[in-house]
Amino acid sequence: MTATAAIVVNELSKAYGAHEAVRGLTFSVHRGEVYGLLGPNGAGKTTTVEILEGHRSRDGGDVSVLGYDPADRPAELRSRVGIVLQSCGTYPHLTVRETIEHWGRLYPAPRGVEETIVLAGLQEAADRRARTLSGGQARRLDLALALVGDPELIFLDEPTTGFDPAARRAAWDVVRALRDLGKTVLLTTHYLDEAQALADRVAIVKDGRILAEGPPGALMTGAARYRVTYRLGQELVERETEDPTTLLHEATAAALARGERLEDLSVTRPSLEDVYLELTAEAWEPEPAPA
Amino acid sequence: MGAGARARVIALAWHQFRLERRMFWRNPTAAFFNFLLPLLLLALFGAVFAGRREDLDAIVPGIAGVSIMSATFIALAYNLTFLREHGILKRLRGTPLPAPAYLGGIAASAVTNVALQLAIVIVAGHVVFGVAWPGDWLALAVFTAAGVLCFASLGVALSHAIPNSESAPAYVNAVFLPMMMIAGVFYDEEEAPTLLRDVAEVLPLKHLVDGLSGAIVHGEGVGDHLLALLVLALWTAAGLVLAIRGFSWDARRA
Repeated sequence: MTATAAIVVNELSKAYGAHEAVRGLTFSVHRGEVYGLLGPNGAGKTTTVEILEGHRSRDGGDVSVLGYDPADRPAELRSRVGIVLQSCGTYPHLTVRETIEHWGRLYPAPRGVEETIVLAGLQEAADRRARTLSGGQARRLDLALALVGDPELIFLDEPTTGFDPAARRAAWDVVRALRDLGKTVLLTTHYLDEAQALADRVAIVKDGRILAEGPPGALMTGAARYRVTYRLGQELVERETEDPTTLLHEATAAALARGERLEDLSVTRPSLEDVYLELTAEAWEPEPAPA
Repeated sequence: MGAGARARVIALAWHQFRLERRMFWRNPTAAFFNFLLPLLLLALFGAVFAGRREDLDAIVPGIAGVSIMSATFIALAYNLTFLREHGILKRLRGTPLPAPAYLGGIAASAVTNVALQLAIVIVAGHVVFGVAWPGDWLALAVFTAAGVLCFASLGVALSHAIPNSESAPAYVNAVFLPMMMIAGVFYDEEEAPTLLRDVAEVLPLKHLVDGLSGAIVHGEGVGDHLLALLVLALWTAAGLVLAIRGFSWDARRA
């Protein structure tokens, strides 16, 4: 473990009966980093995060969160961590302000109530009872309750699912603000653009395994190739290459020599989506039989 | 636990208690079942039995027992099912809130409801129906405490069996209504068939009502109802084992 690691996960595994949800995950999250676990539903993201939060036991592997084993559920760790769970409610008969106030009391050095309300964008809903909030406002309250303890590490499990586009942008701004404050964020998402926009590093997870890991930019240039498309007469030509310069040069030279035009010529860089689809499609291959 | 940590647990339990009180009064359903229902029963049966000393003397401790059961057993089974289903328990578990502070807060709130209801039932019984003031206050306190412990632990235990809030009334009433009917709260149990009386004899509510009846109406002490206390203690032990062993913070995925 390095001094700068907030989370270290080594060969983590967890099964529910015969279903292996997590199969030997290994990754680490540096302090002050936004780390994204990206993958389809059922990939094992939530199970992994819940083990790190201390909500779930693990079957194998080593886990360290801020230097603690979350399975021991130390109170010291819980006071330094903020959690946004998937679809968890709050007391329906309390107002937003009362709820945030009460949650703040549970922590040794909380953020101010009003400051938290502003940070989560809940000014207009502050005096409304929780049961009257819209879906997006309820998720903002989730975020507020994770932030009110002024934690140094924040778990965000699918934090923008169910948000409208404006609320999503606002939540992204909060995550960026957290990074600017030097907080560490572990984010799970099945939105590619979210991982690309927020995460310093991304792990693509499928069937409980990490298929690729790295900064979003490096993942894109590393795994997939450039795509060059053009039309020759009626025929649509689509070619992939790691060296678009040579390919373009050859294609355009040949076309010029024949006196033809390359219609609709385009060169596209792979998106994170291409990498993701390529990797998750490969994972359909049959598994080797267990020894 | 150091003195500082203990003071913090007490302070947090106090905050949880105040929060529970505030939420209780804002929830019309909870307030209705906890206060109006026992009062309604008292008014109804008081009117039916008007002037019949013996029946009125039976109905006041009977409804006191039902009040204790509703403020603990019913309230906890409903509330824990709701809190678990909506992930509120799980959310609390992710905070530094110590479990004893949380449990202390909700227990104190349940005890407050019990005390309020007993006061209402006893005062109304005395003022409106002329039932005597409790003859043995110590026995009243002992049986109230025994009833709270017994039905609180059974309520927590039952909440583990209830799959969701929608089915909570069915589960709770399937236990509560028959127990109340055969416990001799509303009629003289001597008139019931032997089988029903035997069943009631095994269940805790009849024994709680017996103890309360002795304390309120007959001036009998704890020593006169040791068997009743024993039955309540056995149910409490069973309830505690089931409540603790089955406890789950999370409804999704066991």
